[in-house]
Amino acid sequence: MSRIKACFDRLKKEGRGALLPYLEAFDPDRETSLALLRQMPEAGADLIEVGVPFSDPSADGPTIQLAAQRGLKAGATLKGVLDLIHEFRKENDHTPIILMGYYNPIDRYGVERFCKDARAADVDGLIVVDLPPEESEELAPYARAEGLDMITLTAPTTPDDRLKAILKDASGFVYYVSITGITGTRSATEDQLKAAMTRLKAATDLPVVAGFGISTPEQARIASRISDGAVVASAIIKDMAATYDEHGHATAKSLPTALDKIRSLAKAVRG
Amino acid sequence: MPADTSITSQLNSLRTGPDERGHFGIHGGRFVAETLMPLMLELEKAYNHAKTDPQFQEELDYYLRHYVGRPSPLWHAKRLSETLGGAQIYLKREELNHTGSHKLNNVMGQILLARRMGKTRIVAETGAGQHGVATATVCALFGLECEIYMGATDVERQKPNVFRMHLLGAKVHPVTAGAGTLKDAMNEAMRDWVANVENTYFLVGTVAGPHPYPAMVRDFQSIIGTEAREQIQEQTGRLPDAVIAAIGGGSNAMGIFHPFLDDADVPLYGVEAAGLGLDSGKTAASIARGKPGVLHGNRTYLLQDDHGQITEAHSISAGLDYPGIGPEHSWLNDIGRVNYVSATDQQALEAFQTLTRLEGIIPALESAHAVAHAIVMAPTMKKDQTIIVNLSGRGDKDVPTVAAHLGVKL
Ligand SMILES: Cc1ncc(COP(=O)(O)O)c(C=O)c1O
Repeated sequence: MSRIKACFDRLKKEGRGALLPYLEAFDPDRETSLALLRQMPEAGADLIEVGVPFSDPSADGPTIQLAAQRGLKAGATLKGVLDLIHEFRKENDHTPIILMGYYNPIDRYGVERFCKDARAADVDGLIVVDLPPEESEELAPYARAEGLDMITLTAPTTPDDRLKAILKDASGFVYYVSITGITGTRSATEDQLKAAMTRLKAATDLPVVAGFGISTPEQARIASRISDGAVVASAIIKDMAATYDEHGHATAKSLPTALDKIRSLAKAVRG
Repeated sequence: MPADTSITSQLNSLRTGPDERGHFGIHGGRFVAETLMPLMLELEKAYNHAKTDPQFQEELDYYLRHYVGRPSPLWHAKRLSETLGGAQIYLKREELNHTGSHKLNNVMGQILLARRMGKTRIVAETGAGQHGVATATVCALFGLECEIYMGATDVERQKPNVFRMHLLGAKVHPVTAGAGTLKDAMNEAMRDWVANVENTYFLVGTVAGPHPYPAMVRDFQSIIGTEAREQIQEQTGRLPDAVIAAIGGGSNAMGIFHPFLDDADVPLYGVEAAGLGLDSGKTAASIARGKPGVLHGNRTYLLQDDHGQITEAHSISAGLDYPGIGPEHSWLNDIGRVNYVSATDQQALEAFQTLTRLEGIIPALESAHAVAHAIVMAPTMKKDQTIIVNLSGRGDKDVPTVAAHLGVKL
């Protein structure tokens, strides 16, 4: 059974939703992000989203844009991110890892080779922000062949008939972008989220997680109850980035700050 | 747009693209986040409907004639031609359009579409500021809210246009990400759009972006080539021996090329900005130095590194300072129908001055790249041969930049 499925099955038994913290690979350097990745499960991450830095993250707000820039400055490449996950897997064989990023680095790498290498690194799923179902046949067959889940994104703007069509072949889980907007800006209300989940659950049996605009423990608690999981990205990165020195380098406070944030989110989700 | 209904053009035409999913060969497509995807489908539907509605066409014709000032003349540049001593050069005078460039052709079409779709707020990206000015102009004309995203570097080097946009009532947002040029402005305009989808129309300024933008902007700009093709035959009795246009995203070029695509005997030349030189690392020549990749909603030739990170473009001209190119151009390159060449910053500066002195026409630095290639080509051709150069814009906005390069303090 895939790690993603095993994880959601287990959480269902526990009767709670998942916490999916996000980290930007190589932000602000390789060692710090590897250390953070390694300690995230113990701090309460059920699944982890690893952001692949891209020069032009057009769906992201300022916080993740800056994180991506720091990651690139620290030498992040798609290959480098796969190596990072490979190292993480030496110590952890159960926490699902979802790569999140934009299509061009994958396209440049070569889709077939990328899917092979991602599997070899024990990646579990892929979220490619700018690869909608209309274009995903470029990548999906290769991902499927390597047992990687292509996570389908849905949005408030996705009409019901389209939801049905795009979720027909979805696997792993479904990601609901809970606002019309970019990462780290505004938040959906509880009622909006409830209405969306009713629509989504009518279209799929897969777990549905909510992301974009979830920043406080209280928001994470609510989102993880209404849906099957809460993705938190900008709020963690923002707290951590506030600890960097004037050159944007990590300090002794960086790692504990990010882990504290994840712990408080996890407590709320489990509470 | 009036469809070409002749049988040959339908059977074996290069003018029928893209396919129904927006692909030109391997290029084009719709690489956007799911939030935007339903909007792209809605836009496509609205555009397809408008395109075949005679009332829409009539309305557009009215504004093009009485507001934009079409048709634009085709001017036989005799002094320039004589001085170069070869082919006769004809200038398609898009700089005479209202607001001073070809940009208004497309903006007029899209604003009428946005109004039909009931949108009340317009966002646009701009490089040189010409597209921003054109957009701000129609927003003033129709009383619509207008937000323009412009790279901070471009805000600095195109000050006259920034002030024009302010006067027209637009809000100009300087974008500091990246090098602060057109690519960054495009990212930021997309971010605004995704956050304001209900009431906002994204008025793309060139033949790039997700389908249907490349096809739609081309259609609106094709009036340039349709007119030029008639005008050259009126004036010389035959088709030209070359058509030359500068390429940023490629809208003025696509506009003048498209009606000539099936004239197999008419060579077409797209002039990319070489910047400091094709191999200087400071260039904007996406076809000459790029590789196919995916950015801003489409697959096309992009300046990028081995890891798929987009690299910064460089050109003296803000309107050409973009690391990509419209997908239809990438396809026309792949099939060999259009020749993509380049001109450096220095060549453009010289052409700028040459045209000004010999014809009394101050070209935009963008258009000066096309003139620069005509200056290279004309002397190699016979005196009874003809070249059409698309003079996409006027150079008033570039006077401060040119003065600075010539060491003149204004
Ligand atoms: C006068 C002029 N010509 C050309 C361009 C380049 O754009 P495109 O390649 O879309 O025509 C611009 C863009 O700002 C422009 O202002």
